[in-house]
Amino acid sequence: MTASTKRKIINKFILSLSTLFAIIGVAFLFWILFILLKNGLSALSLNMFIEDGAPPGSDGGLRHAMVGQLILAIGATLVGVPIGILAGTFVREYGKKSPFADLIRDLSDIMMSAPSIVIGTFVYALLVAPTGGFSGYAGITALAIMMVPIILRTTDDMLGLVPNSLREAAIALGAPKYKMIKDVVYRGAKVGILTGILLGIARVAGETAPLLFTSFNSNFFETDLAEPIASLTVTMFNYATSPYEDWQSLGWGAALVLAGFVLGLNILGRIWLSLNHITRKKILKKRKR
Amino acid sequence: MHNRYSLKEMFFEHLTRFSAILVLFFLSAIFIVLIIKAYPAIHHFGFSFITEQKWAPNFELFGGLPAIYGSFISTLIAMLFAIPVAIGIAIFLSEIAPKSLKSPIGVSIELLAAIPSVVYGMWGLFYLAPFMRDVFGGNGLGLFTAGLILAIMILPFISAITRDALNTTPKILKESAYALGATQWDVIKDIMIPYAKAGIVGSVILALGRAFGETMAVTFVMGNAHQIPSSIFEPATSIPSTLANEFSEVDSELYLSSLYLLALILFIISFIIIAFAKFYFLKNRVKRKKRLV
Repeated sequence: MTASTKRKIINKFILSLSTLFAIIGVAFLFWILFILLKNGLSALSLNMFIEDGAPPGSDGGLRHAMVGQLILAIGATLVGVPIGILAGTFVREYGKKSPFADLIRDLSDIMMSAPSIVIGTFVYALLVAPTGGFSGYAGITALAIMMVPIILRTTDDMLGLVPNSLREAAIALGAPKYKMIKDVVYRGAKVGILTGILLGIARVAGETAPLLFTSFNSNFFETDLAEPIASLTVTMFNYATSPYEDWQSLGWGAALVLAGFVLGLNILGRIWLSLNHITRKKILKKRKR
Repeated sequence: MHNRYSLKEMFFEHLTRFSAILVLFFLSAIFIVLIIKAYPAIHHFGFSFITEQKWAPNFELFGGLPAIYGSFISTLIAMLFAIPVAIGIAIFLSEIAPKSLKSPIGVSIELLAAIPSVVYGMWGLFYLAPFMRDVFGGNGLGLFTAGLILAIMILPFISAITRDALNTTPKILKESAYALGATQWDVIKDIMIPYAKAGIVGSVILALGRAFGETMAVTFVMGNAHQIPSSIFEPATSIPSTLANEFSEVDSELYLSSLYLLALILFIISFIIIAFAKFYFLKNRVKRKKRLV
């Protein structure tokens, strides 16, 4: 066999192998999606959205968990987003390439990938153990701590896309720096930051581990943040590991609603970004003319 | 007039600086709180905590080895499966797939990375574990099943970043290699992978960190048994799944402290893994800059 045919055979072999791997990997991922859709859709019912948790066998729903999940996600957004945006602003506009700003960037990257369950144990020590009970506040705190570094990094990246000439123009007009940031830089990076917020919400909304010992769980409709609050994720965990078939089925329903919510936010963010990209290109074209 | 502006200016700058310092504060606070809470266990067991196998809450005896062992082995299994498959997917997406397939498959893989890990865990409990039971015997729970779920979970993550890294290879490099008579695989192995190496290794290490600290995907299928299993098909435990299962049912000070010690160990190991990945990326960035200069 000549060297060249050998190389061609190896080439064919490896390329088919990588195609095979790709097919196996994608097949597994789609198997999960299919299972999720199949079990989730068969669990969907009107009851699921208007009834609260109930003992097994008595036709309960998930209203309490959906409302609880929304409360936790909105709470974490209200706390985490302003801190994240301000910190990202500092890193990009004031700290720039200083060692301190770089340190904050590195630490946020580390925090973004840190095991979320550790954040749960931390908030437990801080807010649950001293007050003597699980609470919605603790859950919101845990999610907000996870959200800050995500928002910080997106803000940092998105502010970086705003051209420096705009900043210089604003300063040249005599605008103080905070006004330049507020009226010029933020305005230019608005869509990017909003998309980052959407993705950040999607990310923390799917979290279970940090909620296990902070907001805990509840089988009742609860809006008092000082009490344990149900979430879709923890409810899924409890229902799926229970021996009752109707609870397991509700667990799949919760999985579908949650995955739909998270994927919906992701897709929305993508569309938003690409639309913005297209309009920007159009504006540039017009200007060139 | 000027004074009012400078006051606002100062206020805004300090507000942003304060928010940035909060990140530093959170991270150090996590470390400090974990150390304080874990101190009784450190004091009581000392170094033997990580070599002791027995975990018996009734006798106030806590050894972390089974959980640490389980975390390492399940992560190792995950990486063994995930790395070749993910790189295969990345090569397929960047080189082999026809143009009309590239974007839909690529986007759906990216979206799969966004699915909450608890969904993967649930699928594992109801579908993968029974399948494993039928194929390998036992009850289907254990390190192998957990590792497999972790592998599937980190697949989209590694393949998306690897694909992006492969796609950064300059066209001219690839074309010169083809002109010299290289096959497609030659180009991938000798041009694209070396060029994208930093990105690939970085994404693999980040995925490793993620798999190591993952809680929900594995807690369902670990079997929650505090033992070093004689085979990877027997029930075991890992640090995150021990925490998830036992943290809210603790009845003694030492028990809680031992769990905090496990959390501390998990946090430190993850910290090192992630910082290493960061360092690798960073080092490369510096190198590339120097090359340009």
